[in-house]
Amino acid sequence: MATIANPNTMLALEGVKKTFTMHLQGGLILPVFENVTFTVDAGECVVLSGPSGIGKSSILKMVYGNYRTEAGDIAVRHRQAEGDCTVVNVAWSNARSILDLRRKTIGYISQFLRVIPRVSAVDVVAEAATDQGMDHALAQSGARDLLARLNLPERLWNLPPATFSGGEQQRVNIARGFIADYPVLLLDEPTASLDAKNRAVVAELIAEKKAKSVAMLGIFHDQDMREKVADRYVDVSAFTLDRAA
Amino acid sequence: MSDQPLLRAGSISKFYGSQAGCLDVSFELWRGEVLAIVGESGSGKTTLLNCLSTNLAPTSGTVEYRMRDGHLRNLYDMGEAERRFLLRTDWGFVHQNPADGLRMGVSAGANVGERLMAVGERHYGNIRGQALDWLGRVEIAANRVDDGPRTFSGGMRQRLQIARNLVTSPRLVFMDEPTGGLDVSVQARLLDLVRGLVADLGLSVIVVTHDLAVARLLSHRMMVMKSGRVIETGLTDQVLDDPREPYTQLLVSSILQV
Repeated sequence: MATIANPNTMLALEGVKKTFTMHLQGGLILPVFENVTFTVDAGECVVLSGPSGIGKSSILKMVYGNYRTEAGDIAVRHRQAEGDCTVVNVAWSNARSILDLRRKTIGYISQFLRVIPRVSAVDVVAEAATDQGMDHALAQSGARDLLARLNLPERLWNLPPATFSGGEQQRVNIARGFIADYPVLLLDEPTASLDAKNRAVVAELIAEKKAKSVAMLGIFHDQDMREKVADRYVDVSAFTLDRAA
Repeated sequence: MSDQPLLRAGSISKFYGSQAGCLDVSFELWRGEVLAIVGESGSGKTTLLNCLSTNLAPTSGTVEYRMRDGHLRNLYDMGEAERRFLLRTDWGFVHQNPADGLRMGVSAGANVGERLMAVGERHYGNIRGQALDWLGRVEIAANRVDDGPRTFSGGMRQRLQIARNLVTSPRLVFMDEPTGGLDVSVQARLLDLVRGLVADLGLSVIVVTHDLAVARLLSHRMMVMKSGRVIETGLTDQVLDDPREPYTQLLVSSILQV
């Protein structure tokens, strides 16, 4: 059972290790990092830094339970129900607990939208809110507001995003991530191919989440974004394992 | 989150002579959960599905199911009649080939209505009304209700089979390669339909597929089978994005990129 000492801390990584074993390449072992230890508090945005390929994205995926954790603990304050929190260790949880965590506590916003055939942009966004129990009409109007703020042309709202451009799909994905009410948000380069105007909108959305005490852990490629949203940096290269090993 | 599983499989093995179809498979399935069983041909996934759905008695092991009254019962301790009743009412089985799950000689409406009559519905107007409602939900036009499945395309037949299975509000549905022989565009439509129905009705589903894209789209959890054994299990996206076993890594790396 994992614990979190500070009542304000939402996410705590301790001694986290990851290596990849590539069986198709003769069992080649790719060490990534070890002893990753840091915390994220409610209402702050912690930004992972370090050169590309160092494993920043892997850390987010491990927190989301998308990648397995080899050693260490990833403790998350899980909002099981309104006012009822327990600490869950993602590293050692079964599939069902991770699914529950994803439904209620952790949101993940990446630059890539996993397109679902035939579902319209506005429904893709609204679904994230109705999954959490938001009223259908409220979710629809919330989705429209967000798509409008992110400057997605209104004529696209009722079309499935499969045929949208990369930047348009990305904005649908961002709207989907921000509409839901998650106490913890993981941001995996959400602004990667956006223009300055839309980057500024995302920075605003992040500021609004901070004001609502959401704990955020993110990766941002562009310097101006990082400076705008980061409260603290965690340098991942400090945990990197020697690649020659 | 309910803490009682709907179905519990305990060390299921099935031997064909000395040849093992599936070996020592155990897992639990909860309400609203979609479990995909993946693996290549001959890995034992269909044998396992048949053992679970009581189409094929396992050589050893137990399959327990939580009945509507809340009691967990071992399916193979039940009488044949009781098992058949379960299969017709509380369960669905969607076959890869719709002809295996449909009555090809009777109309679409009768195919759906027949399951309702099996649970005691006798009023013709109600049966027809519900049949029409379900044909609509699977996107079959109302003016086709009196046509037989032989006049339907492959995709329509598969949607009709789904309507026939879901009309009695089952809690558990087994699917064996449900998108098997279909064109990609027809597949996408069917998958989207199934995805919506599963979410709306809170169904539990066990789906056997060799198509990892189908597993990714439909399932929450996944079991990878090889030579009759379950070699890897986990969250679907975890198994696909961070596969651990050599065989799973091979499967995942064999997906064709479009």
